[in-house]
Amino acid sequence: MSARIATQGRLIDRSKPITFTFNGKRLHGLQGDTLASALLANDQMLVGRSYKYHRPRGILASGAEEPNALMGLGEGGKFEPNQRATTTELYDGLTARSQNHWPSLEFDVGQVNAALSRFFPAGFYYKTFMWPKSFWEKVYEPVIRQAAGLGAVPKERDADTYEYFYAFTDILVIGGGVAGLQAAKAAAQTGAKVLVLEQTPHWGGRAPVDGGTVDGEPVEAFVERTVAELSAMENVTLRTRAMGAGVYDHGYALGYERLTDHAPLLAGPRHRLWRIRAKRIITATGAIERTLSFAGNDIPGVMLASAMRDYVVNYGVAPGQRVVIATNNDDAYRTAIALKQAGIEVLRVLDARNSGGGDLMRQAHEMGIRIDCGRAIARVKGAKRVTGVSVCAHDGEGGALEEVACDAVAMSGGWSPVVHLWSHCGGKLIWDETQAHFRPDPNRPPTGADGEGFVVPAGAANGELMLDAVLSDADAAGKLAAKAIGFKPKRGKVPQGAGPEEAPMMPVWLMPARATTALRNKAFLDYQNDVKVSDVQLAAQEGYESVEHTKRYTTLGMATDQGKIANINGLAILADSLNAPIPQVGTTTFRPPYTPISMGAIAGEARGEIFQPLRRTPMHDWHDENGADWEPVGHWRRPYAYVRPGESVHDAVMREVKNTREKLGLLDASTLGKLIVKGRDAGKFLDMLYTNMMSTLKPGKCRYGLMCSENGFLIDDGVVARIDEDTFLCHTTTGGADRIHAHMEEWLQCEWWDWQVYVANVTEQFAQIAVVGPNARKLLEKLGGMDVSKDALPFMEWRDGQLAGFDVRVYRISFSGELSYEIAVPACRGRAFWDLLLKEGAEFGVMPYGTEALHIMRAEKGFIMIGDETDGTVIPQDLGLHWAISKKKDDYLGKRAQQRSHMTDPNRWKLVGLETLDGSVLPDGAYAVAEGVNENGQRNVQGRVTSTYFSPTLGRGIAMGLVLHGPDRMGEVLEFPGTDGKAFKAKIVSPVFYDKDGEKQNV
Amino acid sequence: MKRYSAFAIAREALRYHTGWERAWTSPEPKRHYDVIIIGAGGHGLATAYYLGKNYGITNVAVLEKGWLGGGNTGRNTTIIRSNYLQDPSAAIYEKARALYEDLSQDLNYNLMFSPRGVMMLAQTHHEVRGYKRTAHANALQGVKTEWISPQRVKELVPIINIDGPRYPVLGALWQERGGTARHDAVAWGYARACSRMGMHIIQKCEVTGIRREGGKVAGVDTTKGPIDCNKLGLVVAGHSGVLAQMAGFRLPVESVALQALVSEPIKPCMDVVVMANTVHGYMSQSDKGEMVIGGGADGFNNYTQRGSFHHIEETVRALIETFPIISRLKMLRQWGGIVDMTGDRSPILSKTPVENIFINCGWGTGGFKSIPGSGWGFAQLMATGDSPLCRAFSLDRFKEGRFIDESVAAGVAH
Amino acid sequence: MLILQCPYCGIDAEETELAPGGEAHLKRHGPGSSDEDFHDYLFARENPRGVHFERWRHANGCGKWFHAARDTATLEVFGTYPAQTTEPPKEIRDAITARRPGWRWREFS
Repeated sequence: MSARIATQGRLIDRSKPITFTFNGKRLHGLQGDTLASALLANDQMLVGRSYKYHRPRGILASGAEEPNALMGLGEGGKFEPNQRATTTELYDGLTARSQNHWPSLEFDVGQVNAALSRFFPAGFYYKTFMWPKSFWEKVYEPVIRQAAGLGAVPKERDADTYEYFYAFTDILVIGGGVAGLQAAKAAAQTGAKVLVLEQTPHWGGRAPVDGGTVDGEPVEAFVERTVAELSAMENVTLRTRAMGAGVYDHGYALGYERLTDHAPLLAGPRHRLWRIRAKRIITATGAIERTLSFAGNDIPGVMLASAMRDYVVNYGVAPGQRVVIATNNDDAYRTAIALKQAGIEVLRVLDARNSGGGDLMRQAHEMGIRIDCGRAIARVKGAKRVTGVSVCAHDGEGGALEEVACDAVAMSGGWSPVVHLWSHCGGKLIWDETQAHFRPDPNRPPTGADGEGFVVPAGAANGELMLDAVLSDADAAGKLAAKAIGFKPKRGKVPQGAGPEEAPMMPVWLMPARATTALRNKAFLDYQNDVKVSDVQLAAQEGYESVEHTKRYTTLGMATDQGKIANINGLAILADSLNAPIPQVGTTTFRPPYTPISMGAIAGEARGEIFQPLRRTPMHDWHDENGADWEPVGHWRRPYAYVRPGESVHDAVMREVKNTREKLGLLDASTLGKLIVKGRDAGKFLDMLYTNMMSTLKPGKCRYGLMCSENGFLIDDGVVARIDEDTFLCHTTTGGADRIHAHMEEWLQCEWWDWQVYVANVTEQFAQIAVVGPNARKLLEKLGGMDVSKDALPFMEWRDGQLAGFDVRVYRISFSGELSYEIAVPACRGRAFWDLLLKEGAEFGVMPYGTEALHIMRAEKGFIMIGDETDGTVIPQDLGLHWAISKKKDDYLGKRAQQRSHMTDPNRWKLVGLETLDGSVLPDGAYAVAEGVNENGQRNVQGRVTSTYFSPTLGRGIAMGLVLHGPDRMGEVLEFPGTDGKAFKAKIVSPVFYDKDGEKQNV
Repeated sequence: MKRYSAFAIAREALRYHTGWERAWTSPEPKRHYDVIIIGAGGHGLATAYYLGKNYGITNVAVLEKGWLGGGNTGRNTTIIRSNYLQDPSAAIYEKARALYEDLSQDLNYNLMFSPRGVMMLAQTHHEVRGYKRTAHANALQGVKTEWISPQRVKELVPIINIDGPRYPVLGALWQERGGTARHDAVAWGYARACSRMGMHIIQKCEVTGIRREGGKVAGVDTTKGPIDCNKLGLVVAGHSGVLAQMAGFRLPVESVALQALVSEPIKPCMDVVVMANTVHGYMSQSDKGEMVIGGGADGFNNYTQRGSFHHIEETVRALIETFPIISRLKMLRQWGGIVDMTGDRSPILSKTPVENIFINCGWGTGGFKSIPGSGWGFAQLMATGDSPLCRAFSLDRFKEGRFIDESVAAGVAH
Repeated sequence: MLILQCPYCGIDAEETELAPGGEAHLKRHGPGSSDEDFHDYLFARENPRGVHFERWRHANGCGKWFHAARDTATLEVFGTYPAQTTEPPKEIRDAITARRPGWRWREFS
């Protein structure tokens, strides 16, 4: 059984007990525990179920690589699935639930899969579930889907907050073990600005557990001293609980800081996403121990040797009382010694090497630990926990020589450097034969903007596993990184590490070396996804030879640990199956993040109301307080209608149209773009931008203009006012202001850079209000201050002046067909002017109207709307706007494009009005059908609806549409099938439905 | 080659699966083939398959620089739908979708086509009108879609937030028979079927040159030596420009990185595919339980298969707005694929200026869903010189101004 | 996550400040041009795996358009220069030659 022991426990505080629950059961731990160490202290060996076979799973590791111990943590809006127990710091009141079982962890129905596992080899689902065909969709997939998945689904909106943090640094050091600390120190001593991120709450990494001395003192003292030195340096920033998550192009790196996961009651954001720009990045990310592939290596109680040592030394927890250790290298002897020192019985060290190890083996031997060389584990016995092992010769098929009863097994298959962050941005690897691992290839680093390598690996992450080499490598890395960006390294003394001599490791990819098929079928590579040695061999046998094929066919390395445990062992098995050297098989691609990071952190603060910036006109609050039914338009919101109590939205729209046509309406037109185009060549420039001739416009006058892309399509429209000889004010659509401003700048800067024109976007500098309707003039005359009579201010002209003491610019333009003035005032005066218009207009029946009333009124007049009549495929010629296309100009943007054969095709659909025979409203986007079907069996069509409304003015449905030869077919009736089986019949008419002669606006 | 079945699995289980054959062979190239397809991704393999199946042309080699299915076929978000607006797009995507329905049985390889439904949310009035238009167009194109209410959206996707606050859901375009499939399996299934017909799939064989004689194609030079052919199909997605250059013509194509990500797996909570174009993001849940999320494309030419992280941030932000509970999931993995974008963002399936060289490229973000239809049409084009499915997607459309613009309705096409 | 130096304001601008603008040094073809030339001007694009010239705008900065010479396979940046030129300046071409001897892009080398 696993239990707390009386000694050891460098990270725990025995005076501070903590209560937590696991699957509803109250358990006790200590301050400093991880959830994993606390569970082990409570003899909770079984912590979860695997993904495919639902096999019992125990804690395998002690850090970020843990594949098994995944928990649902917290409750309600703080619930989170798939949290690794090994990296979860225990806190009082923590609630954890194990995953992927039903009805309980102890008794899981899904375990039937394990019994049938022989029928579920890698990729079995590609070969079956195909008959009868309907069963896949109706039976098989729903069942598979129900069984799949891992963590529970969060039910509530996230109760926590998140934030971004921006950091610029000369050097980013990822990893706060001895390598990271020494590299940081070497770099910081040159004066470079250094940021160090450590994913755990502790500095020093594995070194304090692994032992050794630095300059004669214990390594732990070196760690403490170095941290103190770094903390005292102004150019150094140190952060724990902060993981280097990803390395991206041009020195961009992501840090993931967990601020309150260990103490949920702390105020402030839960996670912080560090968006870092570093000139150089040092990856001091250490190494991960590999498992050994023997049968039953997944039974709870089988653990990585280094992890078992961590639990003993760091947390004072014995994962077992009688332990067997299997290894192919010297490091596992550290575990044997640590266990023995803690009073735990070490029954055997089975060293696959015939000649055994070096100093550490001798030391273990002297302590009385039995060491069997050339031996291996044939299989582990037990179901929900280890009960014993069969021992065999490593160089054999697994015939048992001896049975040993035990309650835990430690295994060590050697160490693999953590090369993820080196690799994210294209760093390449080389295979190290001696250590049997991939490490960074110094000649092929990830390269930055200058083409130089910008990542420097240090210590174990660089394949240096001995303390002395780690320190000197890290020191060199720190200096190299600083030097590369212009700092001068000092010739300081490199700390001297010392530790025992180690004998060479021996690669062991399968234990025993020639294990039988039956054993290989139980030797796990990927614990979470249940991928076994036999699965990889099957993939190779079936031709899935590339490492990517094997990964995808078997799901090796695709679990939440992303192959940290499985990948090297798996590809070694694959290489063996293919008779190819390991480096030739290669690795799969390392992708960020290093370990999963919360979506909340990625999204940052932007959620809910502040999901995106909100642009507000000066009258926004008034709209909000007066029933505005909001419509998002870009980042603006515009009132669709102002709904009064008791009204539907439709009622409100009808009321607003009628009132504007009969009395007086107000429209907040402030969102329409306003671009000032100024300079000697402004006229010439606008002649190129608009299809119309703008240079001939007289100051004081307005002209409606069309803008096309160079590809010929209509992109925007609006009224242009000439302010003076070299100044124009161009109105754009609401969505178009920024886009058209950029469009103008692009042409000015990149094509006509010698033209003297300046463009300013003054959209937000002015509030603009349309005063519309038969009573419009009466209201302005009541305000007084300027002459707004027909003669003084005729249609399509503008004047500056004053109204009721407000400085105004008044444009006599109309998008409704009514007598209409658009009045611009400085933005800061907008609300006051709006309020005044409402107050003084009351006697004339004033009412604001929203965008839908605007749309209906323009449609009644046959005015086009960008985005309705146009959709990016429409040219002005399609819309009967020839009058707005100057024939006198040699050139304008889009002119050449409009000469292409498809653009001049007489069969292009043209704009017409459409009137249903029964007065009903045509459905949005309906198509007019023609006879027959096309070459692909699709119904032929001859037109479509572009805008359709119920017109309260006419009391019937009106629509505009694009129709084949439309203007030549007035009076013809077309059929528009609806999507609900109903067909609409509509007559082709003029698109101008109301006041065809413009008598209402020209008064 | 032995058929796959539950019975075969049971039989093999008794002998620890030692009897399974290779899914496809790995032959050395011959000196000459009737047809060479460059690119053993989904589109290339599907083309070869239908050349054999529909036209009896089996003396075919599919050349692959890396490993088959290793490009965008294995790097996408596996969505299948055909609710396109324009006739030519709807035709080819619906052909593909319809073929997907029976493809597992046809290939004897379970692709796990899962018609769980695809929903495109409308969150502005403009989008409402656009999708209603698409629904009308689809009805006439023989594509079964419908416009559904916000309440129905919520019923189909309980985890969705339809109430805003910034972009309330106003309805959705719903394609009940859209869905997903296991992307790798599509390449593997076609490869196995091609191999079964005696075609040669030659991996790790990079084309280094294209030989022409008298304006016609003569063959290719490869890292495994020269190979002659009568007809040549270029089906290499992001690398089309490079191959076109070898053949002596230019393409209206640019290669950019498109990104995607997955979350850690959770229990099933979303059966349908949801696309939210106003906020720019789309999401589905895989059979494994991962939330599969599609992100944006960089606006600059890029061959690195890495994208810029700010796109991931924008996408995740948008999806948390749409599905608040995912805030407490974690991103497991992000990646990029290189997609080729044409001038109108629609694909090119066309003859080329060089006789007997055909090109299939420019699928942009829509490649995976179209694989069977693209293969079907492109095989017809290569075998007979014309295909109704491909006609509108010819190279000369750009000169004539005859674009196929799908952004009209959806804003973006995924 | 690119960083490009804006040649106008001198700022090392990061990608989120910048708007990409496609291939650089296009020659405009307007009315009177052939179908072929007009097509190439609008659609035929260099798409090299390697040295490329492109336009960028310092959109969330000084607002200026500029040109960048960049490697599309490694994202190495050889240099940036103002947009008001019809061809890459000599120092940019020299900088590329130093890193990629024998490079060619359209008519430039």
